[in-house]
Amino acid sequence: MAEPILELAGLQKRFGGLAVTEDVSLRVAPGGIHAIIGPNGAGKTTLIHQISGTLRPDAGRILFGGRDVTALPLQRRARLGLARSFQITCILPGFTVLENAALAVQARSGSSFRFFRPAASETALNRQAMSALEQVGLAGRATTPAGALSHGEKRQLELAIALAMQPRLLLLDEALAGAGPEETERLVTILRGLKGAYTILLVEHDMQAVFALADRISVLVYGRVIATGEPDAIRGNPEVRAAYLGEDDA
Amino acid sequence: MSTQLLLVQALNGLQFGVLLFLVAAGLTLVFGVMDFINLAHGVQYMLGAYLGASFAAWTGGFWAGLVLALPVALACGLVLEVLVFRHLYDRDHLSQVLATFGVILFLNQALRAIWGTAPLQVPMPELLTGGITLMPGLQYPVYRLAILGAGLATAGLLWLLVERTRVGALVRAGATNAPMVAALGVDIRRLFMLVFGFGAMLAGFAGVMAAPILSVEPGMGDTVLILAFVVIVIGGIGSVRGAFLAALLVGLIETLGRSLMPDLMRLFLAPSPARQAGAAIASMLVYIAMAAILAVRPQGLFPVRTG
Amino acid sequence: MRTRIRESALPLLVLALLAAAPFLGFGEGWAMTLLARAMILAMAAVSLSFILGGAGLISLGHAAMLGFGAYAVVILDDAGITEAAVVVPVAVAAAASFALLTGAVAIRTSGVHFIMITLAFGQMAFFTAASLAGYGGDDGYTLYSRTSLGGTRWLEDRLVFHYACLGLLVLSLLLCRMLLASRFGRVLRAAKESSLRVRAVGFDPYPYRLVAYGIAGGIAGLAGVMLANATEFVAPSYIAWQRSGDLLFMVILGGVGSLHGAVLGALAFVLVEEWLGHITEHWRLIFGPLLILAVLFLRGGLAGLPAQLLGARNRG
Repeated sequence: MAEPILELAGLQKRFGGLAVTEDVSLRVAPGGIHAIIGPNGAGKTTLIHQISGTLRPDAGRILFGGRDVTALPLQRRARLGLARSFQITCILPGFTVLENAALAVQARSGSSFRFFRPAASETALNRQAMSALEQVGLAGRATTPAGALSHGEKRQLELAIALAMQPRLLLLDEALAGAGPEETERLVTILRGLKGAYTILLVEHDMQAVFALADRISVLVYGRVIATGEPDAIRGNPEVRAAYLGEDDA
Repeated sequence: MSTQLLLVQALNGLQFGVLLFLVAAGLTLVFGVMDFINLAHGVQYMLGAYLGASFAAWTGGFWAGLVLALPVALACGLVLEVLVFRHLYDRDHLSQVLATFGVILFLNQALRAIWGTAPLQVPMPELLTGGITLMPGLQYPVYRLAILGAGLATAGLLWLLVERTRVGALVRAGATNAPMVAALGVDIRRLFMLVFGFGAMLAGFAGVMAAPILSVEPGMGDTVLILAFVVIVIGGIGSVRGAFLAALLVGLIETLGRSLMPDLMRLFLAPSPARQAGAAIASMLVYIAMAAILAVRPQGLFPVRTG
Repeated sequence: MRTRIRESALPLLVLALLAAAPFLGFGEGWAMTLLARAMILAMAAVSLSFILGGAGLISLGHAAMLGFGAYAVVILDDAGITEAAVVVPVAVAAAASFALLTGAVAIRTSGVHFIMITLAFGQMAFFTAASLAGYGGDDGYTLYSRTSLGGTRWLEDRLVFHYACLGLLVLSLLLCRMLLASRFGRVLRAAKESSLRVRAVGFDPYPYRLVAYGIAGGIAGLAGVMLANATEFVAPSYIAWQRSGDLLFMVILGGVGSLHGAVLGALAFVLVEEWLGHITEHWRLIFGPLLILAVLFLRGGLAGLPAQLLGARNRG
């Protein structure tokens, strides 16, 4: 395995007496799509908060690109190239679609303690923001206020903001959550288009989408990774089947 | 400075502290349960003092004044709740600040229009006049001790109410997670009114008690209000225990600072500049303490809400 | 483009009216005094609107910044210094430093904590000013003369003072507008909408907010210099917390999110206050309820009123 872009070692997070992340160790190799799946209550959201930096783990280490980022807050990790999307859409509703993406470009292109020139007239920012919008098929909506987008379009914008950061790792938290069948199809197509250009860590509920997209899958159950492997291997893994069958009767 | 004087000032500080607590308790509960910031809470305190003064003058006795003032203060609080505050619960904090600011402007002026601007005098209850000898050479007014005692008793009662009763449990739960309490099927409106009325009455009670030793005048609520804000910020918003400790702390700092600082400054400066510098520093002391505490603990000493 | 013209039409009209006011029958002493006060308060309100509408910082202690500017004039006057080239930088620096110092604590918190802490620091400034016995304490301090400009006494002239106030008001408006449109302002505005989003793309909102708070403090300090000059008198009552409430109300009355709204709000506030004051000594009995009604019903503020009325007409 190549030098991992992200490595989790013995992560643990407790809320009161409840260990939501019991002991998670995981390596994510650069390139391709790595998915984390798990039944409800497996601790997926808590895990992604720890990876992105919105929650501090009680124990364990997080290495990003070989650097220990366990103690760094969200914004520092973002600067290092860790972009995340949010399960509950987190965009700037009063900003235009383009400005949402331009803010992300601005974050990695020079100082933002610039007081004189109107940011909206910086063509370099706008050009790169536009290209991120094109990647997710939102270029036509550039001047629309983000708050006026449909739910699916908001998910696309969320993705575009992350892409505009030119991240080394794209952390997608339930990128398909709440999307209808058509919207899901569109988002899956977009994600497939990103494959190869970005390393993606996908935390997802939608099994069909995961098996269609992922190169590797890790299965999280009760705060532990019980299996990691290629989709076919995971599909055939008896432990995984037990975890899911026991839960969903599916 | 003699030990006696220091002790007297410390007692004064504690006594001021319990008054602050009575005002701050309502404020912190109202904020904790309803997420409602009520600038007009200080007005309740002032109203208590005015009502106490008027009823005492009318009936000719402090006790009758107290007994009559409390329900009227409560009624005024509830009227305000229905007329104004109730329409603000689902608005942002900015709107709440401004609308309750409007209430202050109105009530301060109304009191001026009714009672005039001259401070009112309230006689001390006969039973509690005079002084008591705490130690040789140290006389302390009985009335101030009575305030301290009544304040501590009320604090204890409040603690029992909040920690040991069903309503108290709801209030505590509401302070941690109000939507959850509403989801449990509790009539949150009635709980709000209850907490609100109770807070108003506590502040009114503090006002009546303070009336004989402070001058009863328009705007007297504002100073107390801001110190009460400092108290609940230091104590942790929504926490009654935090408010209690912070109130005593603020009361002590405020009182001791004012009496000690000029003397302390005299160690470094000539008498006249020492008096000035001392007074200036003393008036900043409480706020510097607040800044220092918040620099270490931005959520206050006893944060109620997690996250 | 058309909407941009329409948007700036109202503020331009108001500023033009202020410029023409001395020649439209408002050239008398009391009218000029009133207008100067309105413009100075408008300047402070614009700076508050900058941090409130631009960064979501609800300060209930903004009058203290004004006070720092005014007391800088007093303290320098007492030392015999009245030259604007000294007074203005000192006043602005003093107010901005106070803003940065107190902001460093206050901005670490948010929401209602921030409101209460700014209120508390404002009150600290008030009590400190009241304890300055050497500068009049509670009673205030009367200035011997207005600040001089390069040794001249131009500011004593009513018209010059009027246009100095107007000029500074326009400058503050333009400055705040420029700041909000810049990269810096974009981060501020974004952090106001969603702090989480801004952090997720790699910004820590804290330094941006703090710098904005300091800048607003500096502008308010400048307004304080003008206020001291307008009345040639400074007292702690200028920085009482109610004045901070007034400023906040001007911003809300004008409409949060529009800088020129703060100008409208300040004008409306000062004029209504003056008008009610003529009717009755107890004008606050009317003003308080007006404030409550404005909060409850005038949600877009005065700047949003034309749109609100147009909307109603179009619908109706």
